[in-house]
Amino acid sequence: MVSTKSLVSISQYDKEKILSILDRAAQFEQNPNQKILEGKVVATLFFEPSTRTRLSFETAANRLGARVIGFCDASTSSTTKGETLKDTITIVSNYADVIVMRHFIEGAARYASEISKVPIINAGDGANQHPTQTLLDLYSIKKTQGRLDNLKVAMVGDLKYGRTVHSLINAMSHFNPTFKFISPKVLEIPSSYKLFCDEKGIKYEETSELNEEAIADADILYMTRVQKERFTDLFEYEKVKNVYVLTNKLLEGTKDNLKILHPLPRVGEIADEVDENPKAYYFQQAQNGLYARQAVICDLLGV
Amino acid sequence: MGQDSSKEMKVAKLCNGTVIDHIPSDKLFKVISLLGLEHFSNQVTFGYNLESKKISKKAIIKISDRFLQPEEVNKVALIAPKAKIVIIRDYEVAEKIQLELPDEICGDVKCLNPKCITNNEPMKTRFIAINKAKGLFMCHYCERAVSTEEMLLKE
Repeated sequence: MVSTKSLVSISQYDKEKILSILDRAAQFEQNPNQKILEGKVVATLFFEPSTRTRLSFETAANRLGARVIGFCDASTSSTTKGETLKDTITIVSNYADVIVMRHFIEGAARYASEISKVPIINAGDGANQHPTQTLLDLYSIKKTQGRLDNLKVAMVGDLKYGRTVHSLINAMSHFNPTFKFISPKVLEIPSSYKLFCDEKGIKYEETSELNEEAIADADILYMTRVQKERFTDLFEYEKVKNVYVLTNKLLEGTKDNLKILHPLPRVGEIADEVDENPKAYYFQQAQNGLYARQAVICDLLGV
Repeated sequence: MGQDSSKEMKVAKLCNGTVIDHIPSDKLFKVISLLGLEHFSNQVTFGYNLESKKISKKAIIKISDRFLQPEEVNKVALIAPKAKIVIIRDYEVAEKIQLELPDEICGDVKCLNPKCITNNEPMKTRFIAINKAKGLFMCHYCERAVSTEEMLLKE
């Protein structure tokens, strides 16, 4: 097993590490164009297409002066010829200084990190982990609230399958949060996460109603999409897909400091009118991904 | 031991070696496979569907002239946690091995998640114990939890 630093899962970062990455991200926001990675090669291997995440990583690398190699679709790689992930990673780690990879197979990044001579950054492995999404979520929370400690976070939508929700619960557990889980019964938060909160002494409430009362005391409203691909029974999907639609009216009684986050893409759970509401933050949130990813790439390269 | 040992004798009395007793009958062949007994060159005898006071039907395995180490037999705890392991020397019980779930299981168990990398690459599986009291393990790769009851052994 090759031992090298990689970022596979947010749970490998403790509180201090998270805060140091966020501080670094804040520096990059002040000055995103720094040629500190000149001469470095960043590989972006997207076995599963994800335009938004890939462009964010590639912009991060380019703005730091690194060169980028890679592919954005496994059909253009040797995977279609039956090459194993092990061989692909072994070869690419001969060329690049760091490998950013997204794969539809769960655990692919962990396995790659055990093979690769250079650091691996997990840019999503199926329904499992997407740690830089969590870091940009945390960065957005800290930036809008001025702190991470003692916040009330309401999470809405698909809390059963949503990996961003699960990772955010894990990461926020360092900062004494209070959660409100708002979801239809069939998509409620898995019991393992409730157990996790219990063990950490984290307060939480569950409800299936998205109404003014449910979000009245929230500092952060974390919306998620109900993912059609997770349902084996499409009738079940039709029943829940439009259950929660956030409108300006629902936001009327909320706190002034409330910000609405969403990992995007959204399909209908946030009405278009909310985009103009000063509490909407999801587009800036996506932009923050650039700084968080710059911080992660530099951290793993020891720059 | 009095009554039990007389039943064990129905199979064959062991001079030196390892006895694995109180295996639920339906788990016998899984235990054989898990320990790789089919590859042993020693004499191995087993009894199947024997009467038992503790479990409805039990099985027993006796391995001659081989003294299994705890780390070798702990895997048995995954499928037969109440099995009893004793080391026999010169027809006498020399040692009783207390079964304990292993901290890690490498290669023997299949991940139930079809989208896990271990089901898509030629590689070994790896499971880490997350709660031994509840028999819960986690796939090191896809991070899905699996209980010992749900575990499937690799073919």
